[in-house]
Amino acid sequence: MNFSLTDEQAALKDTLAKFIERDYSFDQRWKIIGSQMGWSREHWSKLADIGAMALPVAESDGGLGGNGVDTMVVMEQLGRGLVVEPYLGCVILPVALLTQGASDIERAGLLERIASGESMVAFAHTDAGSRYEREQLKTRATFANGAYSITGNKIAVLGGDCAELLLVSAKVDQDAAASLFLVQTHATGVARFPYPMQDAQRGADISFVNAPAVLLGERASAQAAIDYALDAACAALSAEAIGAMSELHKITVEYLKTRKQFGRAIGMNQALQHRAVDMLMHLEMSRSMAMEAAVAMSEPNAQLRAKSISAAKVLVGQACRFVGQQAVQLHGGIGVTHELNVAHYFKRLTMIGASFGDCDWHLARYGESLLAA
Amino acid sequence: MDLRYNDEQRAFAQEVREFTRANLDPSVAKKVLDGARLSREDYLGWHRALYKKGWVGAGWPTAFGGTGWNSTQQHIFDEVTADEGAPQLMPFGLRMVAPVIMAFGNKAQQDYYLPKILSGEHWWCQGYSEPGSGSDLASLKTKAERATDADGAHYIVNGQKTWTTLGQHADWIFCLVRTSTDGRQQEGISFLLIDMKSPGVTVRPIIMLDQEHEVNEVWFDNVRVPAENLIGEENKGWTYAKFLLSHERTGIAGVGRCKRIVKRLHHVAKQATAHGQPLIEDVRFRDRLAQVEIELRALEITLLRVLDAEREKRAPGPEASLLKIKGSEIQQTLTELTMMAAGPAALPYVREGEHEAQDVAWLSDEAYRYATGTYFNFRKTTIYGGSNEIQRNIVTQLVLGL
Repeated sequence: MNFSLTDEQAALKDTLAKFIERDYSFDQRWKIIGSQMGWSREHWSKLADIGAMALPVAESDGGLGGNGVDTMVVMEQLGRGLVVEPYLGCVILPVALLTQGASDIERAGLLERIASGESMVAFAHTDAGSRYEREQLKTRATFANGAYSITGNKIAVLGGDCAELLLVSAKVDQDAAASLFLVQTHATGVARFPYPMQDAQRGADISFVNAPAVLLGERASAQAAIDYALDAACAALSAEAIGAMSELHKITVEYLKTRKQFGRAIGMNQALQHRAVDMLMHLEMSRSMAMEAAVAMSEPNAQLRAKSISAAKVLVGQACRFVGQQAVQLHGGIGVTHELNVAHYFKRLTMIGASFGDCDWHLARYGESLLAA
Repeated sequence: MDLRYNDEQRAFAQEVREFTRANLDPSVAKKVLDGARLSREDYLGWHRALYKKGWVGAGWPTAFGGTGWNSTQQHIFDEVTADEGAPQLMPFGLRMVAPVIMAFGNKAQQDYYLPKILSGEHWWCQGYSEPGSGSDLASLKTKAERATDADGAHYIVNGQKTWTTLGQHADWIFCLVRTSTDGRQQEGISFLLIDMKSPGVTVRPIIMLDQEHEVNEVWFDNVRVPAENLIGEENKGWTYAKFLLSHERTGIAGVGRCKRIVKRLHHVAKQATAHGQPLIEDVRFRDRLAQVEIELRALEITLLRVLDAEREKRAPGPEASLLKIKGSEIQQTLTELTMMAAGPAALPYVREGEHEAQDVAWLSDEAYRYATGTYFNFRKTTIYGGSNEIQRNIVTQLVLGL
């Protein structure tokens, strides 16, 4: 048992922390999210230069072969800075999917281009009207004249605004299980509707009408890879939440010390002090579960992995809600303005809670594991 | 980063488990697993078995006859023995007064008291709280006046202590007493060891809401205490008391005990039925169980983080100060859930031994017999050891700097 980072991980953390401090101040972020594209290629390249894109890619695929703990280190720092570049959508998710769900030949070159930061690939999974469903897909694929085509509507695709390639989950005809497809964004039959998310990240709804698609891996055998990738996303989000919550807590405690009412700092009031302690409690319990989730991504038993991931997402999701809401409350009126960073942390934490399974969804999944035990 | 135990730690856990299975009286284990009240002999039987093995002083340095285990090994020991149904080793001697004697006592005190704590010859209790001073400990009034007569230097102690856990079993009590009223409250307190058999000591039971005798009032009426029973210097007792409080930070989370209760709860939830199916199938109950289990896992990892930092001699982060708050809350939730699982079987109050005499099936349902009493009893956990509100005040000051 050991809770320390390796020397390499500590160095990575340090490098990313410097990137956030130097290149991702709140003012710099304002400019980025106000731009036409809503994110910055320049910052994307800097992340690639640091090695963040190559990190989760296996060495045999041209990457650095990092594990869940490495991802945790990166995501925590991205959370601190509220980074909007689509690292989760266009690195963590596609790398996990391709590594688990595509053959050597299929992923050759593609992972290398993701690792270098030159290719952007997004995962179009959530069917319109299906909430957090992982298996019962509405999007259909058919095979005719020696090729697949897919039809369906995917929503809230992270990085879907800019990706040139899409990994799409769909069921072929009457198959019981899902398959995974590669689709060119500019192919005929693909229409995308990009938009900013509530937290200034970017995404898109994407509709497919008989869009040409290439099957990855074996037909009707993609579910394990999909589950793995979505679990990886949950682990990454948990780490991102730790970074965002710890900053938000720090900002809030600082405000309690400086903001004066009735002639003294509001932090002299016990009701507010205890709230700040409870925020810290949520943060530290979540930190423990983010570690659990990071380590669980190396667990070969998928059921055990799922149990740990859902446990983390439940606890972190509850913490995101508490820490976010209370940070706003303790700031008072200024906390509900768009101008202050507090609101931006709150919005990101709220979206993390709503992404890839909310607390109820993961509590139910964890509960199922108790029946099996 | 690796959250699993390594091979060496797993082998140690196995060794502890095998020893416990071979040496723990099964009837005592059953009482513990059922949540029944234990007798003095129940506690001491297990204590003596560990003493023979050399495992009583889990947190003690080897120089004083301890095991020299690191903090992680101590946790493994606590966790495995709790899982097997071993009684908790009474902390008052082993984990409370002993570290103070080691750090601040003189050689004669160390030679006399420490071996008797290890062997179980002396059962200790804690004389801190008074009727007028709960969380505000430094306001204590029990008075010790120094005098000298033909038999030598001594203190005359007058006053009252309260909430004295298992004081009815104790041979000795360590007390905070007031030896001066000059200066700040904290500056006039001394740390005194008192033989419970001294003339003038009276122990009166306080019956708790579960109708059990767990705590006591201890009265001192002109009790003569030899001056050599003073620890360290007169009027420095507050320093020693604070040392004691900071010494026992990780055990109070009760992770091992909680894991045992969760296991039991799983068993119960599969046996009991609701809507014609096992209670565990009831999604409302299952969600509650899932929620507390997840919180317990978070607490456990948090505890392991603290232990890891201690083992590596790194200063623990803010998480250490949160263990008591979260641990006590989880303990309460678990006892409440166990009572909920019992449903209407939570209602009867059955006196010890009564069910055997009556031979009525529902009265002797062992899964539930102690569930409600334990729920009531465990309301204490967010009050004792510095109430959770006091804990939040401490975190406010020491961690948040507010």
